[in-house]
Amino acid sequence: MSEYKQIVRQFFSRFFRTDGLDDADDVFAGGYVNSLFAIQLIAWLEKEFSITIEDDDLQLTNFSTINSIAQMLGRKVGVVVPA
Amino acid sequence: MVTYGILHEELGRACSSVRTLLTVHDMIAHTILRWGGAGLKERWLPLLAKGEAIGALGISEPNAGSDINAVETVAVADGDEFLLHGQKKWISFGQIADLYLVLCKYNDLPVAFLVERDRPGLSVEPINDMFGTRGSMLALATFKHCRVPKENMIGKPGFGATVAQTALGLGRYSVACGAVGIAQACLDACYEYANSTKRSGAFLKEHQLIQQMISDIITDSVAARLLCRQAGAMRESGDFQDIMHTFIAKYHASTAAMRAADRAVQIHGANGCSPSYPVERLMRDAKIMEIIEGSTQIQQITIANLGFQEFERQKLMAGGDSAGHHASAPERRQVEFDAVTQ
Repeated sequence: MSEYKQIVRQFFSRFFRTDGLDDADDVFAGGYVNSLFAIQLIAWLEKEFSITIEDDDLQLTNFSTINSIAQMLGRKVGVVVPA
Repeated sequence: MVTYGILHEELGRACSSVRTLLTVHDMIAHTILRWGGAGLKERWLPLLAKGEAIGALGISEPNAGSDINAVETVAVADGDEFLLHGQKKWISFGQIADLYLVLCKYNDLPVAFLVERDRPGLSVEPINDMFGTRGSMLALATFKHCRVPKENMIGKPGFGATVAQTALGLGRYSVACGAVGIAQACLDACYEYANSTKRSGAFLKEHQLIQQMISDIITDSVAARLLCRQAGAMRESGDFQDIMHTFIAKYHASTAAMRAADRAVQIHGANGCSPSYPVERLMRDAKIMEIIEGSTQIQQITIANLGFQEFERQKLMAGGDSAGHHASAPERRQVEFDAVTQ
């Protein structure tokens, strides 16, 4: 759901400029974020969407792009998010 | 979490080494609870909760210091197992730990493992005669072909530093609260000493320059305590900005403890330099608080960068560009604060 992508993008924009960031861009490989950001992102996702990020969720394929985060969110709340 | 902080303040007020035991033990238990698989939780959490197993954190290394991105310990896959190679230094209570949370690299990605003390290939040597927190039973752990099952991995490769941050966030909060305890212990000692010691025909408490130092300790302590309470409340509520405020609390509390100890020793004069008085130990322990869980300088860099980050965000929201240019990705990268000399 594009709404999730937009909300995630808004959160990202608290930390770095997102005007050149595509939804499919790898934020870890691109040097945008570090472990400090990751732990804040997880805390925010859990509180904002009332979900729990489990140990099995803690993998790069779930967090590397805005698309992948939105898709994980969709799975967590039972909504299909197109890539 | 606020109550947890008060507990750690009171422990720090009495003995920073005892507080450290609880800190590192809790860091491991908390991390397993947060990110451990079902098997690890079932096996270790009851033992850790009952104190039948002691946990310790293996992050700092001889060549990497406090930079968790520079760890040289590596994990090499071997079937369903991993072989660990490397060294971890300054492990608080590493001498008696039964379980270590070890940060290493796997295919150049950070990854965290739990390693049991009795694993073949793990050797532990004591580090003695440290300047402060002398009861912390520091150790050097060496991993040589140390074989661990894949089930001992916490999180997936790429998230080792994030797993470590889970532990470090709690540790940073604990150290901040413990530092408030040190400052309070300095104040307690100064009250007693200034109230009972006469110089130049008057009790020390009647000398205005002594009063100035006492007032500085009081003010610093109260401010540090309030910052810790705020950070604790934010941690409890799940506010993602708790990290920033835990950094602020740790920075202020640890430096406040050092200032308090410096003044306390000064008030005690030569007696303050003697192990017969508690402020001598408090000063040594206070210095350690400025180094562990991220040095003062790491805290300063991180706090300033987070501050500028917020400044830029507000400028962007207002439609402007704070710097007048577009920063490159590496420039945008937040400064890694991942500092943890145990």
